[in-house]
Parts: sequence; structure tokens; C-alpha cells
Amino acid sequence: MEASKVIHAIYTDDDVLMSAVKKVKAERFHIEEIYTPFPVHGLDKAMGLAPTRIAITAFIYGLIGLTVAIVMMNFIMIEDWPQDIGGKPSFSYIENMPAFVPIMFELTVFFSAHLMVITFYLRSRMWPFKNAENPDPRTTDDHFLMEIAVDGNAEVLESLLADTGAVEINLVDKAH
Amino acid sequence: MYTFSNKLKTFSIALIIIGAIGVAYGFMTSHKSFAEVETLLAVEAHHGGDHSEVASHDTHAGVHADDADVDGHKEHVEHVQHQIANRPWSALYVAAFFFMMIALGVLAFYAIQIASQAGWSPVLFRVMEGITAYVLPGALIVLAIAVASGTIGHYNLFIWMDPEVVAHDKLIQGKAGWLNIGWFAVRGLIFIAGWSLYRHFSRKFSIAQDTAEDNSNFKKSFRISAAFLVFFIYSESIMSWDWIMSVDPHWFSTLFGWYVFASMFVSGVTVIALVTIYLKSKGVLEFVNENHLHDVAKFMFALSIFWTYLWFSQFMLIWYSNIPEEVTYFVTRFNDYQLPFFGMVVMNFVFPLLLLMNADYKRVPWFVVMAGLVILFGHYIDIFVMIMPATVGDRWFIGIPEISSILLFAGLFIFVVFTALTKAPLLVKGYPFRKESEEFHY
Repeated sequence: MEASKVIHAIYTDDDVLMSAVKKVKAERFHIEEIYTPFPVHGLDKAMGLAPTRIAITAFIYGLIGLTVAIVMMNFIMIEDWPQDIGGKPSFSYIENMPAFVPIMFELTVFFSAHLMVITFYLRSRMWPFKNAENPDPRTTDDHFLMEIAVDGNAEVLESLLADTGAVEINLVDKAH
Repeated sequence: MYTFSNKLKTFSIALIIIGAIGVAYGFMTSHKSFAEVETLLAVEAHHGGDHSEVASHDTHAGVHADDADVDGHKEHVEHVQHQIANRPWSALYVAAFFFMMIALGVLAFYAIQIASQAGWSPVLFRVMEGITAYVLPGALIVLAIAVASGTIGHYNLFIWMDPEVVAHDKLIQGKAGWLNIGWFAVRGLIFIAGWSLYRHFSRKFSIAQDTAEDNSNFKKSFRISAAFLVFFIYSESIMSWDWIMSVDPHWFSTLFGWYVFASMFVSGVTVIALVTIYLKSKGVLEFVNENHLHDVAKFMFALSIFWTYLWFSQFMLIWYSNIPEEVTYFVTRFNDYQLPFFGMVVMNFVFPLLLLMNADYKRVPWFVVMAGLVILFGHYIDIFVMIMPATVGDRWFIGIPEISSILLFAGLFIFVVFTALTKAPLLVKGYPFRKESEEFHY
């Protein structure tokens, strides 16, 4: 791979950023990444990012949690040692089911929530002691940064970005 | 302005007529003589139909317990005779209550939207106001049927109205200070007056706001909505004890009011969705978009789960402790109403849970309509299972009296609601959050 260069265009307003994204997309340049201090509503749509599938994983994790709860309590309370505890019918799972529902519910939520969060961390590559990948510390406060790959067309890109209202345009070598 | 299409008007009137004929048929065929019931029971016993005397003595067991010298056979036949006579009354009452509670649920939802200054829903206000037009006639009909069952009828819904029953029943005697026809009717009228007054004034302010120069009407409706919500939660609780829980005067449950409320709330929101989709398909609600539908469907989804939570909380607490005087309520339902009792949990919980969980599906009108019809039918069954075990016992069936009663009140509901919708423009013009609501997107 050749030595990759990127342009960092910095904005100070999310509305300007949004219109800049639309213009850059219209000119068919590829936006590598955008760094913002807070969620900008509609940015993912403007960038054309694929929708997240994390809700689907959460649903599947919930089903797993429900299954764990049912199998666990069926084994412990019904199959392994079906004691008479206060007259509760432990002959079959369904007969004593109402007593298990609170646990079934909680485990469904527990699995769904925790596994989804862990999935989120893995997919977004976030963990303790991870080195921050921030190209410019100002993007955590009040600046927005758009990173565009340069493919021998730096001048065209720079003038386009200057038109979109960028306050600062830097050509940087990206040391991978 | 919306015009009530002739087609829909004819349809609603046809429903009323067909329903009325069926209801009349139900009443005509339910008065069986002692001998007729005797032969009916003999035939059933012959065919192996096991309507054992023990099983059917659910609600009236305590009533006749003292009369030890009464012949068991005669008592059983009279009991069944009474149950058969109760059926058209109960069918009518369940359907009347079901449509009344839809309108009342919408009224509560409307008040909440105004009191919480919701920014998404103002474009749906006129739809809600149209539906709440049914509160006054609907609630009066329910109260009238309840009172008539004790005065014109032969105590066909509420056994505590029967002086002979009360005379032999210590438990009901102890509750007679609350459960007597006079005070029952007065309470009902107070509730209906409160609800319809709020409905009348909020509608008046809403229409006045359309042409007003300032926000004074909006402020007034905000204030009365807050006050109404306080009145509503008290009156709704008491209404649910009176109109539903007292069909089983030996039984009580503390979260019953909330449970009935959840049922009416989710049915109301579902009907908002259905009427909105209908009007949108007629092209008279251009300002309503799929985002509004999405929000309504989210309410349908969340409130279905809320209903299930209360249903289960009531059921599980009683099942777990298994105290004889409480648990008979569910024993009857387990023995004689297994399919409706568990079927409604599937329709009111499992179905909406799986169908309306996906965000994309909530934006598809026909999908919301299908889910909504299942929810509405499920909540009809919910009311059915609240009333029927106490009145007809194991002699229930969803046949001509039940279906005709639904048709009758569905026709009346459609007629009243869509007539009310023609009375004002379908967009609240001067409402402060109108613009926000029109541009609402999720």
C-alpha cells in the first residue's frame, strides 16, 4: 500500500458539517471518518452508513437468556430434586411456571442488556487501556473533523472543502 | 373538513340493525321454562356432557347454602335457568363496556398528551376528539344496562342487586353500604358527568383555539386536562370496582382498577391508530406521516406489555398464595374458560410483542392494522373473561348474542365517531405545538 495521505477538514458547527458531508458525498469523495464531540442527528444517514444491527443481536441474546432460565429451573426444580416446597406443584414445568416467570424475565433482560453492551464494545473496539484514536483533541470539545482519503487530487479536494465552510484544512500523512 | 362517506354510514347503520336483530333474538331465546331446562340438562347428561352440579355452583353456591331443605335437583335446574337467562344481558354488557372503554381510554390518552405538552401528537387531536364523542352515549348505555339488569331484568348481571340473595349472604350484606342500586347509579352518573364535562370543554377550547389570537384556550385546556387526569384515575378505579369487579361480589383485588385501565388504554390507542390509518387512506390527513404512526404503534406495543404486567401481577399473586376466598376467581376461569383466558394472553402479549418489536414494521400501515385487530379482539376477550364467569358460568359461548352485541355497538361506535369527525377540521390550526407536530419525524 502506498503512503496514505488524508485531509482533515475542521468545522465548528454541526449544521455546516452536515451540508459539507452532503456536498462531499455529491462529489463522490470517500469520507473515511468523522469525529464529533456529540451525536449529530442525521449524520449517519447523510454519510450513508449502514444501519446498526445491534437490536437484532439484543433480541437473540434475550432468547438465549430465556432459554437459560427455563432449562436451569426445569432441571433444578422439576427434574433434579422435585421437592414439595409450600405446596407448590413441582410435577411439571408448566404447573409451577408462574413462580418462575420473574426469573425468566430478569434473565432475558440480563442477557439481552449485558451481551448487547459487550457486543457494542467489541464492535467499536473499546476497552480499558486502549489508546485513544483521536486525531485532534479539539474534536472532544467544540470542533468537528472530517477525514477524507487523498488520491492524488489534493488541490481539488482542498478547494471543495474550503467552499463548504471548513475553518481549517490540513493535509496529513497517516502513519499506520 | 371530513365528510362521512355514505358507504361507511350505510355500513354502520347496517351493523346496528343486524346487531339489534341478533340481540333481540338472544333475548327471545334465553327465557327457558323450568321444564325446558330440565329436558336440556337430561339431554346433555345423556350425551355425556358433564355439567356437574358441583362445577356450576360457582357464583350462587353461597346464596343457597342455607336452604338445606331445597331439593338439589330443583336448585340446579333453577341455577342453569338463570345462567341461560343471563347470557344475552352479559353479551350486551360486555360489548357495551368494550366500546365505552375504548372511548374512555382515548379520552385519558388525549388528556395526557395535552398535560404533557406532547409535540408529536397534536395532528392526531381531532381524531382523538372524534373517538371520545362516544364517551357520553357509550357510558350512559353501560350504566343503563347495568341498572336495567337489576330493575327490568331478573338481576342478570349483578347478584348483589337481588334482595333475596343479599338476605342470605352475610358477605354482601357487609358491602351493602357501597353496593346498592341507588348509590351505584349515582356514582356512575357522577363519573359520566365528570368525563363528559372534560370532553365537552376540552373539545370546545380546542375548536376555539383554531381561530383564537392568543393561547388562552390552550392554557385553559392544559389546566382542565391536569385536573381531569386526577379525577379520572379515581373515577376509573371506582368505576372498575362497580361496573366490573362487583359481578363477583365475594371477590376483590387491589390492582383491578389499574388492570382495567391498562386494557382500556391500549384498546384506545389501538383505535386511534386504526382510525388514523383509515382517514389517511382516504387522503384527509396529509399532515400525518409514518412517524406519527410509528409513535402510536410504540404505544400499542408498550401498553400491551403494561397490560400483561398487570394481568400477570394480579394472577401470580393470587395463584402463589392460593388463599381460598381469592383464588376461586381464577379457578373458575381455569376450569371453564381455559381457551379464552390463555388465548387472550397470546393475543394481547405474545402477538404484539413479536409483531410490533421491529421498528420498520411499526411504520407499515397494514401491519399495524393487523396487529391492532388482534389487540382489539384480545381485549374484548379480556372483558368477556371478566364478566362471563360470574354471570353465565360454564354456559358461555361466543355465538349469536355475543357477536350481535359486538356488531350493534361497533355500528353505533362508528356512527357516533365518524359523525363527530365531520364537525370540525381535522387539523388543530391554532394549537401551539401544531407546527412541531406536523414536522415531527423520528
